Amino acid sequence: MAKPITRREFIRISSAAVTTAALAGSGLGCRIPAFLREPPLAIPDSGVRTATWCEMCFWKCAGWVYTDGGIPQKVVGNPIDPHCRGRLCPRGTGGIGAYLDDQRLHTPLIRTEARGKQLFREASWDEALERVAQGLKQIDAKYGPGGLALFSHGSGGTWFKHLVKAMGCRNITAPSYGQCRGAREEAYTATFGEPVGSPERTDIENARCLVLIGSHLGENMHNLQVQEFANAVGNGATVIVADPRFSTAASKARWWLPIRPSTDIALLLAWIHVLLEEGLYDHDYVKRYCTGLDELRQAVRHNTPEWAYPITTIEPHTIRQTAREMARHAPATLVHPGRFTAWYGDDFQRTRANAILNALLGSWGRKGGFYNPLRASVAAYPTPAYPKGHTTWRQAPDAFPFATEVLADRVRAASIPAEGRPAPIHGWLVYCTNLPLTLLQPALTYEAIQKLDFIAAVDLMPSEITGWADVVLPECSYLERYDDLRITTTRNATIALRQPAAKPRFESKPGWWIAKGVAEKMGLGRYFPWKDIESYLETRLATIGSSLAEMQQVGVKEIDVGPHRYYFGDGEEIEFDTPSGRIELYSQQIADLGFDPVPRYTAHPEPPAGYYRLLFGRTPTHTFSRTTNNPLLCETMLENEVWIARTVAQMWGIESGDYLLLHNQDGATAGPVRAKVTERIRHDCVFLVHGFGHQQRQMARSFQRGANDNALVTQVSIDPLMGATGMRVNFVTFEVVAPPRGHAPPPLRRGEVA
Amino acid sequence: MARYAMVVDTHRCVGCADCVMACKTENGVPLGYCRDWIVQDTWGSYPKLHLEIRSERCNHCANAPCVRCCPTAASHIVEGGIVLVSPQKCIGCKACITACPYDARYVHPDGYVDKCTFCVHRVRAGKDPACVEVCPTHCLHFGDLDDPNSVVSVLLRTRVSKTLIPEAGTRPQLYFLT
Amino acid sequence: MTSLPLVLHEEVVTSGRMNPGIDPTLTVWGWEIPFYLFLGGLVAGILFFSAFYVIRHREEDYATAVKVAPLWAPPLIVVGLLALLLDLSHWPYAWRLYTTIRWDSPMSWGAWTLGILTPLSVVWAALWLEELFPRFRWPFAWLARLITTLREWRVALAWLLAVLSVVLGIYTGILLSAFNARPFWNTSILGPLFLTSGLSTGTAMVMLLSRNRRERAHFSHLDLLLIGAELFIIIHLFMGALSSTGIKVEAAHLFLGGPYTAPFWVLVVGLGLAVPAVIEGLEVFRRRVPAAVPAALVLLGGLLLRFIVMDAGMTSRWLY
Repeated sequence: MAKPITRREFIRISSAAVTTAALAGSGLGCRIPAFLREPPLAIPDSGVRTATWCEMCFWKCAGWVYTDGGIPQKVVGNPIDPHCRGRLCPRGTGGIGAYLDDQRLHTPLIRTEARGKQLFREASWDEALERVAQGLKQIDAKYGPGGLALFSHGSGGTWFKHLVKAMGCRNITAPSYGQCRGAREEAYTATFGEPVGSPERTDIENARCLVLIGSHLGENMHNLQVQEFANAVGNGATVIVADPRFSTAASKARWWLPIRPSTDIALLLAWIHVLLEEGLYDHDYVKRYCTGLDELRQAVRHNTPEWAYPITTIEPHTIRQTAREMARHAPATLVHPGRFTAWYGDDFQRTRANAILNALLGSWGRKGGFYNPLRASVAAYPTPAYPKGHTTWRQAPDAFPFATEVLADRVRAASIPAEGRPAPIHGWLVYCTNLPLTLLQPALTYEAIQKLDFIAAVDLMPSEITGWADVVLPECSYLERYDDLRITTTRNATIALRQPAAKPRFESKPGWWIAKGVAEKMGLGRYFPWKDIESYLETRLATIGSSLAEMQQVGVKEIDVGPHRYYFGDGEEIEFDTPSGRIELYSQQIADLGFDPVPRYTAHPEPPAGYYRLLFGRTPTHTFSRTTNNPLLCETMLENEVWIARTVAQMWGIESGDYLLLHNQDGATAGPVRAKVTERIRHDCVFLVHGFGHQQRQMARSFQRGANDNALVTQVSIDPLMGATGMRVNFVTFEVVAPPRGHAPPPLRRGEVA
Repeated sequence: MARYAMVVDTHRCVGCADCVMACKTENGVPLGYCRDWIVQDTWGSYPKLHLEIRSERCNHCANAPCVRCCPTAASHIVEGGIVLVSPQKCIGCKACITACPYDARYVHPDGYVDKCTFCVHRVRAGKDPACVEVCPTHCLHFGDLDDPNSVVSVLLRTRVSKTLIPEAGTRPQLYFLT
Repeated sequence: MTSLPLVLHEEVVTSGRMNPGIDPTLTVWGWEIPFYLFLGGLVAGILFFSAFYVIRHREEDYATAVKVAPLWAPPLIVVGLLALLLDLSHWPYAWRLYTTIRWDSPMSWGAWTLGILTPLSVVWAALWLEELFPRFRWPFAWLARLITTLREWRVALAWLLAVLSVVLGIYTGILLSAFNARPFWNTSILGPLFLTSGLSTGTAMVMLLSRNRRERAHFSHLDLLLIGAELFIIIHLFMGALSSTGIKVEAAHLFLGGPYTAPFWVLVVGLGLAVPAVIEGLEVFRRRVPAAVPAALVLLGGLLLRFIVMDAGMTSRWLY
């Protein structure tokens, strides 16, 4: 047994530590191997095709993989899949890059020490699985199952959740709850009794008026939502966009409201005020389904457009015009709930204001607003019952009253001993979530990792988290493996099959194999009783009268859940899952806990002089740090750019193409990053695409390219109701530097001034 | 005789570059090269801004300067007006690359000149080009201008459209609905 | 504080396009092409004057121009052709050039012209070998008879040579000017410019080679006229561009404040045209000046002209 390493160092996984295969490529000049350079297949869409569903983001579009000689050539959408309607998004189309990328993990790696330096040594699967099993067993023995935590993102996490639950551990978290969609789910649950869900139950394509406040659909490439958005635009729907940046969506809007960042609640309250004052809300709907109208009216009586104007910098007549427009098309007016909603610390209340606005417009449960999604399930494979759980966060005295899932930053905090309190968590298992670039306040992540007894990471790529692990387990890409059934509900209830289109490259293995292997070595093999993944799937499919053979033929199958009404019937009696049984415009339960029963605007700190609020978001060809090294996708954006308003840039003497370091208010630095000087953003903020600034050398295409915005999120504003981590509370200033060697060429551009 | 054209609805295009990715995988375009691309065209000044997003590629011009200047007839026009390059006739003189006002061509690593082919192998099998087929916003359309009922004919008849650099006299067959 | 633009118009390629050799500016043609253009122009000049003075029956007056200079033509052409071959990215298929004649393609004209001119220049040079090297005799009797016959027809050959050398001298300019995709080149005056420059380098070559003072003086005067014509053409080129459409104005500004300003006006126009013109002008006024100086400058200027015109043309483009 090797001497335990007392202080983990970040190990730069480089080609020296890992064998490089013949297809190795690095940098821009990397060529697709010869077999892919042949002229196009003479007969289009010929060749072997296998069913899969995409893992490039969480949308899980089903598709067909075409292979030639055992190598995936292209992936296209399954025409009968309601998630994608036969058309994958650019990341799904570029998915074969995940297979082709030679810079992925090749073998299991175990941390060791040599000549005073920590490095990884290659290990066999047997040894690596044994190490992980030992590590987990030791945690269990010393601290109980509650001493372990699983961070999981991605569909293959199912197997690892099953594994840790089999241990009796309940500390399972995804950063996306507290950092992304959590606030909106709890706010909508508190208002309507149900969360928005994922995929969102938004009836975008039937909307006659679509309001996007802090949503950049079109750069946010959630497949079906973008398809529906384009349909709505094509059908002449009015689009209203409130965004400090002139986003793609804003460019298709009739009104672009360049709202001052952090003032969204003021705008929402002003809209609510106008609807109430001018009697433009859906009287019948509110009377029938809502409660608290009078209290709401009383609460927003001062939130006039004139009041909102100096706060938001949106002119009063614009606020009135847009409110009237929303009412004109109601109930087919959708105020999109957004998805990433962890902004300023009052995110529960802001998304609740969003929900209340929808309620007044009568869009919840109505066509063009929010439809009622189907619910479907497939019987689980019979396994023994999980052991009784340990004390969890739910029982903690300082638990957030409205949180229903585990908050990742709290699990991290529970891994760091504090004054007079030992840390309950001593071991992490991390599945496909790149914590250093994901969890805010990365310094705390490093601190927590130092305190752990054991940390193992499962990933496809040598992402930053793998550099901190004791054991690194290479999972193969989704194109190389079976996974559990996709069971989802949008407007249809469907199941989809993922099967391997190619053999796993290098020594990578599917997640189910890894989890089963660890379980068996831990003596928990009875929780993975199926002989192989095929028999697991056959058993589950048999319960709904299907089979693996059928699913391999069709890829996607609809589950009949009986008659379903997507929208409320006229005059239908509905009971909502809220304390009052109605839609709560005014929430007594929130008041009882000492918080505002109707959202209230509070001013947030503004950037100090010479600083600009850091905003971040998406770009359609990337899924944050997951795809920045993908050989096909990286070409579309090798580096992110920092969007700076022209007026600001001129003050600083910055031009497009200059390289900057970004320093935040706490002295944290990111970059160098290229400047994009543009008219398309307000003067008080800057914008970056999230997911760049990698530090793992093996990911040569993305190594040190662009700025890591997460490094600049050192301040956080915690939502008191459910613990969302508001991250848009950091401000940056600029330092012009020399362009880094080997930087990406600036985009082609032609500009003139009149 | 068909006259193929592609129509891009810039209202619907969100610039997601799915067309770029699909073209790459359908046609085995080498890494580092692309046959189509996205342009974001912004004008105005804050806050009165306008943005047009275009998916661009070879325009398969009816009066193609690349075909005219090719000394070996490697650049040639096939049925429907699709402009192609025969690798076995191409000497790599690159006159056609210099002749293209849209900079749509490139030298393939194997030495011959390459570009968008309107996925002629798909069109001949009755399918749409890969970019048209993948576009999630349904902003790309392909069809025969000689058929008055084809989607491209109807769109060009009912919507305002433009082409790029019409003054270059190339008569491009890639139209943008504005 | 600078004033802010009223309306900004910007087009950006956002999908990362950066095709090698194409973006951000065209670099598909390297040194091989301007080097060939220079050699082509020089050979055209050499052969033209050789043919011209045969037609004018002044063979003995301008013996270097007629007989000696053409000896350089075949090797210079061959080196030029090698440069062209080097430039081809798919060179194993170069023979395809001779499987068809494309009337719309100046490159096809060039291929065929060179295809005829190269052997013709060898033949032409051969015609003078026995005169220039008295101890040289053709090794085969049939060859000697052939050469003798051809010498009798040399005036007719000279006409052919004259026409072909003009085509050689002008076609490269026409080839470039036909690309309306490269706004800087897109002017019909580029052909005459290259022809004039080629002829000028031809006279410079004769000036360098000739031992006959009169011949040198004559070609010096010719060169002076040609340089005058070239300067006129260059001014015309810029006047035309500046009064043309926006894209041409932009292209002209590459030379009027842009990156090519100093190299062009100082090296090409100044050192390559004006200085030799002054020196040759002095010669007109019977001042003794070493002919080698203006000749060398003209040759250098011709080379630089090709390089700069090529580079600037590839830099100018319509779109992004």
